[in-house]
Amino acid sequence: MNRLTELTKGIWKENPIFVISLGICPTLAVTSSMTNALGMGIAATFVLMGSNLFISLIRNLVPGKIRIPVYIMIIATFVTMIDKMIAAFSPALSASLGIFIPLIVVNCIILGRAEAYASKNGPVDSLLDAIGMGIGFTIALSCLAFFRELLGEGKLYGFPIPFFKADPALIMIMAPGGFVVFGLLIALKRFMEAKGATK
Amino acid sequence: MSASIISIFIVAIFIENFVLNQILGLCPFIGVSNKIDSAVGMGLAVTFVMVMAGVATWSIQAFLLVPLQLEYLQTISFILVIASLVQFVEMVIRKTAPALYQSLGVFLPLITTNCAVLGVALLNIKKNYGLVESAVNSFGGGLGFFFALIIMAGIRERLDVSEIPEAMRGAPIAFVTAGLLATAFMGFSGLV
Repeated sequence: MNRLTELTKGIWKENPIFVISLGICPTLAVTSSMTNALGMGIAATFVLMGSNLFISLIRNLVPGKIRIPVYIMIIATFVTMIDKMIAAFSPALSASLGIFIPLIVVNCIILGRAEAYASKNGPVDSLLDAIGMGIGFTIALSCLAFFRELLGEGKLYGFPIPFFKADPALIMIMAPGGFVVFGLLIALKRFMEAKGATK
Repeated sequence: MSASIISIFIVAIFIENFVLNQILGLCPFIGVSNKIDSAVGMGLAVTFVMVMAGVATWSIQAFLLVPLQLEYLQTISFILVIASLVQFVEMVIRKTAPALYQSLGVFLPLITTNCAVLGVALLNIKKNYGLVESAVNSFGGGLGFFFALIIMAGIRERLDVSEIPEAMRGAPIAFVTAGLLATAFMGFSGLV
């Protein structure tokens, strides 16, 4: 398969959040601001790249029966690394993401890609797949965070936006806002696809 | 002491509800909330595993990781413990209650990747809870998950027979419903 499509499929066609619907918990929990969304996206991309590359390198050495525990161990190692790195370089981000960084371990996207892709393909393709999926994940997070931070706080990346600043709807950055915005975004994507299909 | 235990319990069920307030454990919440029967089974299994995991991970943290100064192994050891615990629970249920095992069968292994379980383990440590408080918090969290799942399943059984616009069917309407449910649960925040 073409190398470029390995990279780009994760961004739109097989976007992990909107199309495959994996890894929803962190998606809703950390998208109350653009900064958090970006931080989470980068952390998950790092873990995804590390685990995909590593798993694809050892894919022929691991007996089939114990592959899932082995994958989880590898993923947990990379998660611990990024957790400590964020805590060291950006304590503020570490505080606002909280337990959602260690929870990347149980993010279905990572294990899903390990099982569905990295265990069957070579290291280079797996790395490209990881980068694409990571970017797709980050874009999806930013998409949600854009609406939630704009409507909920009247800001983007912490900078006030003139028109929206006046009377923000606080509920948008709380849990209910996350659910509603996410539901509407999936509906919008489906609606667009249905429109495209009938044309 | 007992008052604070009760308040931890109430807070864990209603105010900091794992699904609707902390947004943890959404995959089973959306995936298994189609029918009330399976929702009850899943809710009970998760509650059970959460209590066991809460106690087990707390003990590991207090008796193993902290004395040996291995706190950085927290994530790895917790996920290992939870995975083996789920496996163990699965074996025990299969041996002692085959009927229950039959009805839960599919959902049991999935609990390992339920982020509410790992989430409650991490939160117990983060909040510096003792053993009893951790157990109570885990139990409350599990019950909160159970209630949210059952309410959601009840609503979704009705949604099945309603007229919903094409694009909103399935997951989207479920998320919007969850949003409204979460708004309702925010009303509990003045309770304690």
